[in-house]
Amino acid sequence: MSTSRTKIKKIYPGDVAFRIFNTLFLTIFVIITLYPILNTLAISFNDGTDALRGGIHIVPRVFTTKNYQTVLQRQALKTGAFITVSRTVLGTVFALFANAVLAFIVSRKEFVFRKQLTVFWIITMYVNGGLIPTFLLYRKLNLTGTFWVYVIPGLVGAFNMLVIRTYMNGIPDSLEESAMLDGAGYTRIFWTIISPLCKPVYATVALFVAVYQWNSWFDAMLYNRLRPEYTTLQYELMKLLSSVMNQNTNVESLKNVQDTVTPTSVRAAATIITILPIVCLYPFLQRYFVTGLTLGSVKA
Amino acid sequence: MAIAKAEKPLPKKKKITAKTLKSQRALLIAAAIFVIYGIVFYYVPLVGWLMAFQDYSPRLGFLGSEFIGIDKFKFLFSDKTFLRVIRNTLAMGVLNLVTSTFMAILFAILLNEVRNTRAKKVVQTVSYLPHFLSWIIVTGILHDVLASGGIVNELLLKFGWVDKPVNFFAKPEWFWGLVAFSNVWKETGWNAIIYLAAITSIDPSLYEAAAIDGAGRWQRIKNVTLPGIRPTIMILLLLSIGNVLNAGFEVQYLLGNGLVQSVSQTIDIYVLRWGISQNDYSLGTAAGLFKSFVSIVLIVIVNQLARHYGEERLY
Repeated sequence: MSTSRTKIKKIYPGDVAFRIFNTLFLTIFVIITLYPILNTLAISFNDGTDALRGGIHIVPRVFTTKNYQTVLQRQALKTGAFITVSRTVLGTVFALFANAVLAFIVSRKEFVFRKQLTVFWIITMYVNGGLIPTFLLYRKLNLTGTFWVYVIPGLVGAFNMLVIRTYMNGIPDSLEESAMLDGAGYTRIFWTIISPLCKPVYATVALFVAVYQWNSWFDAMLYNRLRPEYTTLQYELMKLLSSVMNQNTNVESLKNVQDTVTPTSVRAAATIITILPIVCLYPFLQRYFVTGLTLGSVKA
Repeated sequence: MAIAKAEKPLPKKKKITAKTLKSQRALLIAAAIFVIYGIVFYYVPLVGWLMAFQDYSPRLGFLGSEFIGIDKFKFLFSDKTFLRVIRNTLAMGVLNLVTSTFMAILFAILLNEVRNTRAKKVVQTVSYLPHFLSWIIVTGILHDVLASGGIVNELLLKFGWVDKPVNFFAKPEWFWGLVAFSNVWKETGWNAIIYLAAITSIDPSLYEAAAIDGAGRWQRIKNVTLPGIRPTIMILLLLSIGNVLNAGFEVQYLLGNGLVQSVSQTIDIYVLRWGISQNDYSLGTAAGLFKSFVSIVLIVIVNQLARHYGEERLY
């Protein structure tokens, strides 16, 4: 559409004002979006006690890597990183497989219970048991206090399933029909015909699930608070955050000035480590999540 | 549901015969597994709502606990905290919905007007970034920016608007604004994706015709772009109304503190506090049930409204 717009050459009154306003608005938007992140980056490389004086913007004042060393030495953060990576990998692989298989079933036009099964899952998008019954159920199933509480409850999500199904519905039937005539069963059609064609939508759903897994903290707090071996990176960050917020004044931290790392500076370093993989990856995955959102909004 | 009803009726009624069942054996077995999974993880918790009408004790279990009718609800609605919690949830939900929709549309329209493709791409890529950060991280960096030595207080002091640093997190009157701002900061770029897609699908010849008629940029936005994305705005707004009460947990939980709890507590936090921390499972469930009930009522109302827009597709 930008190509068609270039045909409009004439400058109208007000256009110059518009362009100035637009540039200004978007510049401020970018600054407001990036500044806090760059600020955290600067604090993470700055001496902790010095940072308490304030006035650090996007360049560290007293450079140090001590915050990162502290982070990398903390056992809880190391465990958290390991669990977070594990749940992201396993959770994404299993959830993608489950959603893809279910989407495949409900996209088979000849399947006798196609409609019933679809409605069965759409209902789960609108009503749910809520916090307490869910909590008690997981306890009853002995999921609490285990690693699998991060993976099993989220295996099938109606929204992600519908995104894949919408994509599968767009695949011409003739492809599978000819395979069926050749004697291929459903398993083979799923693996060799449908799935290779669904790579873009699989990437989209994998991205959604992976981001969800990477950023989860509430389940760690709710189900595994007493199991430090299953803590996650985000939950550890949350504990650091509350230790920062609870020192209402800086007096407490200034008492031990010889200590060069503070909760704030350690938190900044842990934050940077946590967001680094996301920042490095997401720009290359843009087209996948844009497709996913567009597919998801097409009526189920 | 507004979404579900678009399911196209199948051309002809399928007859279930032994032969079709046999040929679809693999599908049936797999489907059965998914149904069992769905029942366990999505439908069994629904039965748990009954706990709201019980005096549930973990010792007696779900089947052994005594039914006490609506006592828990009576307690809820006589509890001033709960009434305040409803107000907070609604207020923040509506405020978030309005501010984030407005900002997403504004951002999408302005970004669409950028002619330099490279600049456009860079701005859009930057705008997605906060969506991928967790609320823990967002509240953490918000805390740094608004701290007494943070940039906001530094600027306020420099321009002489305040005499001493403002402690934003201790002021109840700032809290809803902070929550709305963090939402806008985190989700504007992401929410704009769908509006940008809608703008892209507007017929370019409309813009050319408008330009020939002497419409400047402002005029074209007002008379072509906005009417063009109106159906999208309406549908997304309607769909999010059912979610208004769900918009209240993570930020409020993470940013809230003793000084602002009269405005920061939401229904979800109330459920967590009573249900998990105080072990009053029945009261927590009752509060949660109330929230779900209101949400479902809202969805039904919205569904009726959506009928008027039922013919309009997003694309």
